[in-house]
Amino acid sequence: MSECNCSCDENFKELDFEKMEDDIIVCRCEEITMKEIREWIPKGYDTFDELKRLLRVGMGPCQGRGCRDIILREISKMTGVPVCDIPSGTIRPPVKPIKSSLTASKGGEYE
Amino acid sequence: MSWQKTADAVVIGGGMMGMATAYYLAKLGMKDVVLLEKNTVASGATGRCAAAFRSTWGGELNIILGKACIDKYEKLSEELGMDIGLYQNGYLFIAYSDEQVENFKKCIKLQNSLGVPSRMLSHDEAKELCPGINLNGTKGFYWHKRDGHADPMLTNFAHQEAAKREGVNIQKFTDVTGFKMTEGAVKGVCTNKGDIDTNIVINAAGAWAGRVAALAGLSIPVHGERHEILATEPVEFGVCPTFLMSYDPDFYMQQRPHGSIIAGCGPSRYRKEAAPFNDYEMGDCWNFLEHMTGVMNKVLPRTKGIRVVRQWSGMYDITPDMQPVIGEAEEMKGFWMNVSGSRGFMFGPVAGEMVAEQIILGKTSLPIEKFHWSRYARGEFLVDTAIA
Repeated sequence: MSECNCSCDENFKELDFEKMEDDIIVCRCEEITMKEIREWIPKGYDTFDELKRLLRVGMGPCQGRGCRDIILREISKMTGVPVCDIPSGTIRPPVKPIKSSLTASKGGEYE
Repeated sequence: MSWQKTADAVVIGGGMMGMATAYYLAKLGMKDVVLLEKNTVASGATGRCAAAFRSTWGGELNIILGKACIDKYEKLSEELGMDIGLYQNGYLFIAYSDEQVENFKKCIKLQNSLGVPSRMLSHDEAKELCPGINLNGTKGFYWHKRDGHADPMLTNFAHQEAAKREGVNIQKFTDVTGFKMTEGAVKGVCTNKGDIDTNIVINAAGAWAGRVAALAGLSIPVHGERHEILATEPVEFGVCPTFLMSYDPDFYMQQRPHGSIIAGCGPSRYRKEAAPFNDYEMGDCWNFLEHMTGVMNKVLPRTKGIRVVRQWSGMYDITPDMQPVIGEAEEMKGFWMNVSGSRGFMFGPVAGEMVAEQIILGKTSLPIEKFHWSRYARGEFLVDTAIA
């Protein structure tokens, strides 16, 4: 932890931010924490799609809107590869979750 | 993992078929096994599939393979040390015509004779198994409890982690560009990262396996066909507690224990023109979404208010009889094929072990020789009446 010269509370200076971040839920749809992400990146799961297929990040209702950038940044931090060079994963339709009855053909005909 | 210039064997393809082959080669004692994947592991058909496995086929060989796979799947989490999300509550096959009921009965007879205790279900039993199902127009059902589904990506990654522990060198983003060959034998693999000298190559590139074989001058009939699929938001488990499947109309749907409902069908159901031969372009179409949500709402009306979060596509590896293409090329010693015929996730663990045993021990307990593609030249096709 870095030295802090401000006049803030002594307790605040004692905080270990790295460790605190571990408990942050990165993917709220699937409740995946930063710790889990950090565990798997060094094992070679260092693209968004690999982490998605492994941990389901980005597979929930928000489809990665909340977690994609955070995860790409974390991969970049841990591997040293610039964010722009990390495969960022495929974005798939529909743009927003949509009730199946709204797209269903002819009220549910087979053919 | 660092690049190596020689290997005892090189496996091409990081899906279920390739990863299982690499794992079993190493497990059976081969020292230097390298696996090449052109994208990332589980990025091809395995990571895009419907997640299911079954022994309820209409051809003897498929039933034998399917049964061996279920035996294996039931022990995989333990063997590989990683949970694969196994869920077994059968496929509920639905018939909408009397002919289909007759076909079910024939399949059941064959399955029972091979030790798969499938059976016809009454309408009441079907309703009990899947309370939300719409029985209008249905003529009959059959089911086998041990069929089911697992997480294909976790299963693929579980094999990857186990393969790494056995010393397999896995190289992603590695494209095979050609082969080193002498008269009648393979001597190495050329890639965008460099060459690897080896006397054994296993081509497990799924829908792309025909193209990879062509780089070695081999004409092996495997091509791709794009199929589409969708997933809903997770909802309380029990909306679709068994895998629903019908051949005509062609559809399948299931709910993973995690809550998402997955549904799909063959391309002829929603495409206005026939799917082009060798269609390697991934993509998603509105026609599929419209058709599939319609079928889903009709078969399982309680899904009407459930939202679709994602649709995607994947490549079936199509062979002339829709059956596996497995074996060593007669005209190219050391060049092996391990292609499932569109059932890579289902058959992968068993096909991988079978090929590894054949390579290392020279024998295997399953009738591997029956899957050799030389059957096509002889005009022989493996028949299965339980394929949509």
